[in-house]
Amino acid sequence: MTVAVVAEGLVRAYGPVRALDGLDLVVPRGSVCAVLGPNGAGKTTAIRVLATLTVPDAGRATVLGHDVVRDAALVRGSIGLAGQHAAVDDDLTGRENLEILGRMHHLGRREARRRAGELLDRFDLADAGDRLVKTWSGGMRRRLDLIASVVVAPPVLFLDEPTTGLDPRSRTEIWTTVRELVGAGTTVLLTTQYLEEADRLADDIVIIDGGKAVATGSPDVLKNSIGVRVDVLVETSGELAAAAAALAAYTGGDPEVDAAGLRISAPVVGTAVSVPGVVRTLDAAGVAVLDAGIRRPTLDEVFLHLVRPRHEEAAA
Amino acid sequence: MTTTATNPVPARSRPLVDGAAAASRVLAKLRHDPAGIALTLAAPVMLVLVFGYIFGSAIAVPGSGDYREFLVPGLFVTIAFNLIPAMIAMARDSGRGVVDRFRSMPISRVAVPFGQAAATALYGLGCLLLMAACGLLVGWRIRTGIGPALGALGLLVAFQFAATWIGMFLGLVIRNEEAAGQLSVLVLPVGMLSNVFVPTAGMPAWLRTIADWNPVSAVTAAVRELCGNPTAPTNGAWPLEHPVLASLLWTALLLAVFVPLCTARYARPRD
Ligand SMILES: Nc1ncnc2c1ncn2[C@@H]1O[C@H](COP(=O)(O)OP(=O)(O)OP(=O)(O)O)[C@@H](O)[C@H]1O
Ligand SMILES: [Mg+2]
Repeated sequence: MTVAVVAEGLVRAYGPVRALDGLDLVVPRGSVCAVLGPNGAGKTTAIRVLATLTVPDAGRATVLGHDVVRDAALVRGSIGLAGQHAAVDDDLTGRENLEILGRMHHLGRREARRRAGELLDRFDLADAGDRLVKTWSGGMRRRLDLIASVVVAPPVLFLDEPTTGLDPRSRTEIWTTVRELVGAGTTVLLTTQYLEEADRLADDIVIIDGGKAVATGSPDVLKNSIGVRVDVLVETSGELAAAAAALAAYTGGDPEVDAAGLRISAPVVGTAVSVPGVVRTLDAAGVAVLDAGIRRPTLDEVFLHLVRPRHEEAAA
Repeated sequence: MTTTATNPVPARSRPLVDGAAAASRVLAKLRHDPAGIALTLAAPVMLVLVFGYIFGSAIAVPGSGDYREFLVPGLFVTIAFNLIPAMIAMARDSGRGVVDRFRSMPISRVAVPFGQAAATALYGLGCLLLMAACGLLVGWRIRTGIGPALGALGLLVAFQFAATWIGMFLGLVIRNEEAAGQLSVLVLPVGMLSNVFVPTAGMPAWLRTIADWNPVSAVTAAVRELCGNPTAPTNGAWPLEHPVLASLLWTALLLAVFVPLCTARYARPRD
């Protein structure tokens, strides 16, 4: 496995706030790595360090083997960046935005113009291409921002929350674009608030909180890491309490009760469970079960499991 | 290797290409902003009208000179010293992440501000020529010759280039379009605190010293001298006694301070 991006023990403090507090990260070449984390976890800071926009206080990071501090110029030659806030020029047309970036990439005037036209066509922005960007919708702008970072397809692409605020269709289009780029050999490191996005797009997920990685792995590995869950549906709300108590004893986990939906969901901690076992247990507790099932946790549940307890600690 | 995504850009930078691209970005924005251009073009006309005719009726010029002929060179300098557009544009770019994108690219980090400054100066040249046309209409004249007049134009362009760097530096420091807009109110009096509108001789001593040493005064006096227009008393202040040399020195000093400050700030990894 050749690696595209490596971060080791990155630290970056802003006054008393340690935005990065020993972040470790490895992104294999040609893969998609999603960095997940709550607001303020340090996602943007991590991207800024990797994109040579911020210098870390400690630790080191390399992109394609180039150190982001010492060989910053070489790193810049191998990356594309779409930051958290769209960095396109509102006072220019979409085409001009792309043309100017093409010229800054030394494509030459003619080639820059050709490439801008090609990208606009390909990403369905040709109709709006000659209108000022300030007249574009938020989703179109975000897409332009993404395209602007691949005017010259970079080997490594950093995307900071590429789909935040987009409607489902635009989101799907961005995902398609990212997959195409990866198909062409680009390595992508993206941050996101959407677990589904990470699930669908990423080969690896790094969950960060408080400036360091709290879990790393493929979506499957992460889901398996916190065990399976038992879900049941009961008939009446009067049975919820009894059912929850019985499930807690059976699974060893702390059940979540959805009173309105008459559903209970409990993580399984360190025991073996089966659907007949669930039914027998609840039957013995005098609960009529309408539905019972065992499933893997969703990524949301993994995320909350890993991230929430720390915040409750901090609040306490 | 199966990858087709390659980046043909070597780490070696090509400052001229980068600078030209940055300059064309500024010019392209201007092209889309006819209202802004109209406003810029209207400003000199308004200044001539308001100051030349309204104030001019009450202001006496030393000697027997015509007030408007005294005023127009000062208005040239006021226009040249207008660093506000450069400041606001740079504040907007760095607030919105445009500067971040450029800084994450393998481009010459010095060339981009240079290109922007050059394009701004080019636009400023157009404004100066228009102001000259307005001036000629209201009675301003070049009473020397083509050589000194071109010298005056050269001084103005150089001074404007220097002022643009001050503006870009302030914009980079402020990094917020609205804040930059508010600061522009403070920039205006700097141009007023000079010999542009009235001779400094009548000012209180402390104010007169500031005004006499204001670079705007030196350039104004130089343009008046080079065009053979009425001049103001120098009060024995060195910059006003040697206005051309003082203007060149001021311009050189401002460039020597603000070009390195601005490029360093532009290139520096930030928070
Ligand atoms: N320039 C700065 N000055 C001061 N503090 C900063 C700065 N940049 C980031 N921080 C702080 O560092 C922490 C991490 O910020 P960062 O922007 O990296 O988080 P994030 O994970 O991207 O959050 P979000 O999901 O809201 O975008 C936050 O507490 C933030 O307030
Ligand atoms: Mg962020």
